[in-house]
Amino acid sequence: MKIHEYQAKEILAQHGIPVNSGELATTPAEAEAIARRIGKMVVVKAQVLVGGRGKAGGVKLAQTPAEARDKAQQILGMDIKGITVQKVLVADAADIAQEYYLGAIVDRGTQRVVIMASAAGGVEIEEVARETPEKIHRVSIDPLVGFQDFQARDLGFAMELPAALIRDFVKICRGLVASLMATDASLAEINPLIRTPDNRLLAIDAKIDLDDNGLYRHPELEKLRDPNEDVPAEKLAREAGLNYVPLDGNIGCMVNGSGLAMGTMDAIKLHGGEPANFLDVGGGANEQRVTTAMRIILSDPKVNAVWINIFGGITRGDVVARGILAGLQAVQTTLPIVIRLVGTSSEEGRQILAAAGMVALESMDEAAAKVVALSRERSAQGQTTQKEAGA
Amino acid sequence: MSILVNKDTRLLVQGITGHEGAYHTHAMVEYGTHVVAGTSPGKGGAVTEDAVPVFNTVAKAVEMTGANTSIIYVPAPFAPDAIYEAVDAGIPLIVCITENIPTLEMIKVYKYIREHGARLIGPNCPGLITPGEAKVGIMPGYIHMPGTVGLVSRSGTLTYEVVNELTQAGLGQSTAVGIGGDPIIGTSFIDALELFEHDPGTEKVVMIGEIGGTDEEAAAAFVKQHMTKPVVGFIAGRTAPPGRRMGHAGAIISGGVGTAEGKMAALRAAGIQVAEAPSEIPHLVQQA
Repeated sequence: MKIHEYQAKEILAQHGIPVNSGELATTPAEAEAIARRIGKMVVVKAQVLVGGRGKAGGVKLAQTPAEARDKAQQILGMDIKGITVQKVLVADAADIAQEYYLGAIVDRGTQRVVIMASAAGGVEIEEVARETPEKIHRVSIDPLVGFQDFQARDLGFAMELPAALIRDFVKICRGLVASLMATDASLAEINPLIRTPDNRLLAIDAKIDLDDNGLYRHPELEKLRDPNEDVPAEKLAREAGLNYVPLDGNIGCMVNGSGLAMGTMDAIKLHGGEPANFLDVGGGANEQRVTTAMRIILSDPKVNAVWINIFGGITRGDVVARGILAGLQAVQTTLPIVIRLVGTSSEEGRQILAAAGMVALESMDEAAAKVVALSRERSAQGQTTQKEAGA
Repeated sequence: MSILVNKDTRLLVQGITGHEGAYHTHAMVEYGTHVVAGTSPGKGGAVTEDAVPVFNTVAKAVEMTGANTSIIYVPAPFAPDAIYEAVDAGIPLIVCITENIPTLEMIKVYKYIREHGARLIGPNCPGLITPGEAKVGIMPGYIHMPGTVGLVSRSGTLTYEVVNELTQAGLGQSTAVGIGGDPIIGTSFIDALELFEHDPGTEKVVMIGEIGGTDEEAAAAFVKQHMTKPVVGFIAGRTAPPGRRMGHAGAIISGGVGTAEGKMAALRAAGIQVAEAPSEIPHLVQQA
């Protein structure tokens, strides 16, 4: 789960990290009032859960409260990568002498939490890693001993932080690690961590990604979820325990198992089509799950054909077949549907579907080719209809 | 021959009285796996429908039955505890089916496992099977066939898909191992490949990877340097968008790392034949 910058900064501040002061505004008038309280130049920053907001014009400086109002007016309602900006953070625009990067991340290679620091802050760390990897310094945390101060000092001196600031830097590193551990985050980063002209360290932008697997033991973090950024279909899927990721294509797919779901998307592409989504309906593809999955898939107006791909393992094919029939009964659709059913009791499953006038295929390649062809037919028909309507 | 599990496997089921544990114990017994014991704290002394004795603790179960492998079906909040208990009871091979264990917990578990010389398969995996000898997991046993192709995969149903293709083509399997879809797992591709390389019963290996992390790239380098047996690969997720978790916690492309293209290129550079679709795998195995 991703959370906003202002929420990440609150978590960091709770763990003793100095952050620039700021407040959240949802209207230009609120932005003006906050700027007046801060009493100096502010930065107005769009709070959206996608990267690249700066380049999209979602971050602007304002010298006066009136200007803060104008900038907030411009940013609120702005569309950034398909998401409408509904709130802005109005924060003290700190003077910057130097920008650093500091991040804690779960590193799969070492199977540990790794702390990374760099004097090349303020730009994307992936870019630094590609262009000048020698500028990134790393230490890894022993899971049983925990993070040690000397490791923070190693990082501070390696990135040539002024010696007078090392003590504060150690505290910030400790706070960052504590923030990550306390929230079961997979990433906690400060970028940039700045040095002010009067030699203070300050976190002026932050990002925390939470591990979904850890959320059960942090019920308090659930309230950080932004309902405005939740695509309705994704919310429905999450509540039903389905894994769903919308994509740009027009072939909806419902699959059991994540690996096979990815394999199904790839097969569509390999046969010249474009998948509309990733959807893992899980092991027990019963009536209720199939119904919900169909509703989610059909809520995407781009979808013009659906592929249901089930490999019966634990789940029996006949149970899946009944689930599919009941699900399709509940969610009436005129879209072409291709079913591929193999595995445990799939023969019975195919018979059940056949009795209801539905053909279930056995070969994955055959099913992929068929659904792509049906989707193309639909697209062609759609264009004809549009032309007729236009004429 | 095979790796990790065989006729001599004496299996303990942790969480045997739970819904999942009971269901899969029955399936494993039916397949012919020697399920010698189960644990369920407080239900010690009971015997399951499949005539498996239940113990309160893993230590007691090992003492009484000589269990040498454990499979874990307990829910995520209790799974790390179950793994530690199995390690402390001296069980050398622990298979954790449970999904959704917090990553920071797994980092500690991983370290503990390594320090105590135990081997963990998973978590968030289907388990492993040596066809005709032992099924230690949740996979449908009947799709497998004894043979000489070793299989290692991060996925569940996609593995069944590939096994099914292999069996239909008359290519039996020595052992099929699902290593799990989480970012932190006990046994990596390299660990499994190394075991297959040294197993006289395995002639060729199929590895099924997916987006996220760099384990496949590391495996490619290992194959090039250390493996004499031919390897065929498949990578799922070529159409997956960056930054989104595709079901498995570990299946996410972040910061340009973990793309299917990158992994396929790394495999090919190591001389591994890479299939475009699961249906191509049997043919590539026959040619390899």
